[in-house]
Amino acid sequence: MARIDVRKTYKLYIGGAFPRSESGHSYEVQDSKGKFVANAALASRKDVRDAVVAARKAFGGWSGRTAFNRGQILYRIAEVMEDRKPQFVQAIQQSEGGTAAAAGRQVDEAIDRLVWYAGWADKIAQVVGNANPVAGPFFNHSAPEPSGVIGVLAPQSSSLLGLVSVVAPVIVSGNTAVVVTSYSRPLPAVTFAEVLATSDVPGGVVNLLTGDAASLGPWLAAHMDVNAIDLVGLAGDTDATTALEVAAADNLKRVRRAPAAEPDWHDAPTLSTMTDFLETKTVWHPIGV
Amino acid sequence: MPPTVSTEPNQGRNQGSSPGLSAYADVTASETSLRRFLHGLPGVDQVGAEARAAQLGTRSIKTTAKAHALDLAIRMVDLTTLEGQDTPGKVRALANKALRPDPSDPTCPSVAAVCVYGDMVGEVKSVVGDRVNVAAVATAFPSGRAAMDIKLADTRDAVEAGADEIDMVIDRGAFLAGHYLQVFEEIVAVREACQRPDGTHAHLKVIMETGELQTYDNVRRASWLSMLAGGDFIKTSTGKVQPAATLPVTLIMLEAVRDFREATGVQIGVKPAGGIRTAKDAIKYLVMVNEVAGTDWLTPDWFRFGASTLLNELLMQRTKLATGRYSGPDYFTLD
Repeated sequence: MARIDVRKTYKLYIGGAFPRSESGHSYEVQDSKGKFVANAALASRKDVRDAVVAARKAFGGWSGRTAFNRGQILYRIAEVMEDRKPQFVQAIQQSEGGTAAAAGRQVDEAIDRLVWYAGWADKIAQVVGNANPVAGPFFNHSAPEPSGVIGVLAPQSSSLLGLVSVVAPVIVSGNTAVVVTSYSRPLPAVTFAEVLATSDVPGGVVNLLTGDAASLGPWLAAHMDVNAIDLVGLAGDTDATTALEVAAADNLKRVRRAPAAEPDWHDAPTLSTMTDFLETKTVWHPIGV
Repeated sequence: MPPTVSTEPNQGRNQGSSPGLSAYADVTASETSLRRFLHGLPGVDQVGAEARAAQLGTRSIKTTAKAHALDLAIRMVDLTTLEGQDTPGKVRALANKALRPDPSDPTCPSVAAVCVYGDMVGEVKSVVGDRVNVAAVATAFPSGRAAMDIKLADTRDAVEAGADEIDMVIDRGAFLAGHYLQVFEEIVAVREACQRPDGTHAHLKVIMETGELQTYDNVRRASWLSMLAGGDFIKTSTGKVQPAATLPVTLIMLEAVRDFREATGVQIGVKPAGGIRTAKDAIKYLVMVNEVAGTDWLTPDWFRFGASTLLNELLMQRTKLATGRYSGPDYFTLD
């Protein structure tokens, strides 16, 4: 007798837990050939609200950790991803099509990218911070500080490498993230959430919402308790991104603008992926005598 | 400003043709009769009470009804700070917040009262004047473990300093030991200490500390005991003990005040305090007040929230309704 399929309905990842959408809605996820794969939760604006609250709650603890500790935790994510490689390969193949070898290469690259950013945790301050020259008996230091809660609209086509490439630089410096994943390819993100939940990342540091960036984006952009937003998930949709930039202006949110088309995530990342979500704190300090 | 200060000692009492409190004179005459009466109250169906409270919590209150509920909830807040670290400056800041909770929005109503320790009453009064009530906790708050003359002196001090409302704690030890008459007489004595020279009296709220009363039956008994002794309000908790206010406990208290008015014609207020943190919770309580006690209680004169963090949550929800976007804690004062 043939075994009956276990038909899955995946959930959101908010505050370290896996709740259903507050709205109760879910949507069908299809593979690259249009065949049903699983159901994913369809996040609503209230899930955005809850995720922002969770991210804000996690911010103090996460940004207060030593940079070294944050780097170790990012390494740990990479380690756990390595263990789950076959699952990621399958999820990418289902979502994006292509060969197992190509999917495997994407997973490798995503893991390498995490390791690359993990290394930056305790180095970014030395590169973009400074001991400023002054003409007096005091020191003047500039140091990068995390902005706070960052809204991220993750790329629509690169379901794992793109996701890791936008989430890792946000959290490595001490920010917390509310991420809206690719609408049509959410499954690698769902597996990534399971990795995050089991790899020492405190709950609320990364919140993954499967849903439609076009409908959730405005709530995230207008939210007064979100400090910055990355619009790359709406790359190419100029009208939508302009509207979001206008909404984001209300609380002077930092905006990482969407490029005309989704970038090639295989390219080596630049420092701006991190510095866009850092603010510079400058302190005057008397010389001790 | 909520007109909660009673100018006549018996305002709200002896309404209609009901027999009034005098009908219960023989009940409170002796320890035995009081015990017989309190233990004769019908028992609380615990599962039923919790299910009813949970069910009332599922009502969906949206748009204009929600806006009305939020404003009402703000008007019902007793903005509270009861910390050892309270400074005069902090208390004055809180008093200013009570007057204008949202300085950016003139349509935002004031809260009902500011609730502080007795020694801070003058400080609050100097800021709010008569525009917002000042409530003081007294009688060796929060434990209630002190000699009777100290408790009474504590109360008189606060009343003399200008407190409009006194929040007293009952002696839970005596209550749990079954010395009901002792608890009763304490409340009566504190009520007398609330009298002002001009014949008016400060409103007396009786804190039962339901988190320490163990059973719902005890909550019902303590409610009746407090009402018979002449409390103007019955209040769940000090906020220092967990669990503090819960929906089922408030449900039982609302039933008690409803039944008490039916029996005596005297209306008593209810104040859940502690543990109410979200606007959604506050609206659940309002729904329950409406469904259990009735619309008569749906005013700041008869229902209050003892809270501090709740106010910011209400303001954030209010701003969300007005602007259409989610607000954040950065835009409201810390307290």
